[in-house]
Amino acid sequence: MAYDKFNILTSTAVPLPIENVDTDQLIPARFLKATERVGFGDNLFRDWRYNADNTPKKDFVLNNPLYGGKILVGGKNFGSGSSREHAAWAVYDYGFRCVVSSFFADIFRNNCLNVGVLPVQVSPEFSDKIFEAIHANPKTELEVNLTEQTITILSTGEKETFDISSYKKDNMKNGFDDLDYLLSIKSEIQEFASQLPI
Amino acid sequence: MSKTLFDKVWDTHVVRKIEGGPDVLFIDRHLIHEVTSPVAFLGLKTRGIKVLFPERTFATADHNTPTINQHLPVADPLSANQLKALETNANENGISYWGLGHQKNGIVHVVGPEYGITQPGATIVCGDSHTSTHGAFGAIAFGIGTSEVEMVLSSQCIMQPKPKKMRININGKLGFGVTPKDVALYIISKLTTSGATGYFVEYAGDVFENMTMEGRMTVCNLSIEMGARGGMIAPDETTINYVKGREFSPKGEAWEKALAYYRTLKTDPDAVFDKELTFNAADIEPMITYGTNPGMGMGISHAIPDASHVEGGVTTYEKSLNYMGFSEGDSMLGKKVDYVFVGSCTNGRIEDFRLFTSLVKGKHKAEGVTAWLVPGSHIVEKQIKDEGLLDILTEAGFELRQPGCSACLAMNDDKVPAGKYAVSTSNRNFEGRQGPGARTMLASPLVAAAAAITGKVTDPRTLIEELV
Repeated sequence: MAYDKFNILTSTAVPLPIENVDTDQLIPARFLKATERVGFGDNLFRDWRYNADNTPKKDFVLNNPLYGGKILVGGKNFGSGSSREHAAWAVYDYGFRCVVSSFFADIFRNNCLNVGVLPVQVSPEFSDKIFEAIHANPKTELEVNLTEQTITILSTGEKETFDISSYKKDNMKNGFDDLDYLLSIKSEIQEFASQLPI
Repeated sequence: MSKTLFDKVWDTHVVRKIEGGPDVLFIDRHLIHEVTSPVAFLGLKTRGIKVLFPERTFATADHNTPTINQHLPVADPLSANQLKALETNANENGISYWGLGHQKNGIVHVVGPEYGITQPGATIVCGDSHTSTHGAFGAIAFGIGTSEVEMVLSSQCIMQPKPKKMRININGKLGFGVTPKDVALYIISKLTTSGATGYFVEYAGDVFENMTMEGRMTVCNLSIEMGARGGMIAPDETTINYVKGREFSPKGEAWEKALAYYRTLKTDPDAVFDKELTFNAADIEPMITYGTNPGMGMGISHAIPDASHVEGGVTTYEKSLNYMGFSEGDSMLGKKVDYVFVGSCTNGRIEDFRLFTSLVKGKHKAEGVTAWLVPGSHIVEKQIKDEGLLDILTEAGFELRQPGCSACLAMNDDKVPAGKYAVSTSNRNFEGRQGPGARTMLASPLVAAAAAITGKVTDPRTLIEELV
């Protein structure tokens, strides 16, 4: 599914300094029953965000009016657990275009790249600096520059580079997905299939 | 050049390498279920394309299906709608479909091997992270997202960078009452929930060589819980004996050809891994988890560690213990248990029910414990009956439910109520995994049996003399 092109994103960020945020927190299984990709943002972090009677939990960061923006900054090992792409859909649908963490779970990172959410892995030290900057001033802006592969805390000018494969970078910049590529080599795939050992 | 088992299978399936990017990997077998496939089929429709190799995809309904009264219409309209979508999509595209009520219906990672869809040296994917289960056969098997499900349906390929390689060696003899589940929970407790992220794991050593296929599946199933995309075990005679003659296994000349391929599937003696770890079988005890990720596990007789002794932030650790209602230094033995769940793609096979039954035989379920015994498939269900296990279970006060994922992820009605404690043979103890507010302790079928009989966390070794 095509998504918005990504180049430079400048935004305030939502801090979530919790480790091992798993996909069951990002979107609990009972909200996976849709047959279309709509409305998942409403249930992002459902059980951390709402009480059992659906009233908002005041102490959760998404319910705190001080914080907002298109960047979510999570703790180490963000997105562990299930392969549900719904977790990445929920992040995107809520309005985030970038997730920053000092370490990502593998499948979640992959899913993000496939749906137009840029996962930016930073050093633990830089992650701490981001949390400190947002803590000191919730209006702190981050600049994520995909072309340069940099993330900058604009208030202090501190900057770090991040990794992304040149293939995925081109995809994100142009809003392409892997399927566009795979369909272009269909006959090569069919030929390959005919000579497999099993 | 020397290659690992993983290299051999991966390299055989690379259609094309992309400069500065991933490999285009051909997928032999694709398993789908009702939850992660509908949006992928919608994508195909939008693009106006057809499934490229429908004979390589197999559909079963498992995640949100009820485990009682499966002959009745599914009451929850959202679940019913998803199940209907799977049926329609499979039928419209010529895909084998094993829906609710079908004799072959069951948990995707249980029925795949049972019918011989799972083959050594194959590449297998499914929109489910526990696809790693099939690595027990020496296959490369891993979970994918829905965008990738769409890719496999339309091109039979996905695009993946080749992961790094790790080997985990365990030699020696497992202690009394120590099961494959304990081996896996032990490894995860050592590596943490992210210790193998970025790696594909090969399990080696006589502990794994001596395991049955069911045990190997339990171990490989849990590879994802330490962050690994998958885990695999080299195929041997145990594997070949299991695979031979199953419905979708190669036959005749094709079997001979496949056998020649299977025999090549082992790591060369001088092949190099990016990381290699070794543990001793004798150090492993029956395990239980005390926190909210599968890495927070320990020997059942130990005390919950202090935050200072665990890797990671204190805040996260305290949040986790608060959720569980436990404190640092607590012993797990004697903790109250309200629910017991035996089942899932981790421990929903015949061997798991044999273990559970061996302990509860001649005893009785504790009052106040709700026990859900959910076979992974109709074959498992039939075996339980044919082997006389059901009679023993019934006498001990247990009932058997119908196959499905059930309380592992609580998408159906099998939900543990808020605040209640469950000893579960499943794979995840995340907050709310078994229902909003539910508190999960992961363990083996033996530990689950001990909890079901006593109503509290109990070391199974104190209840049995020997295993059946």
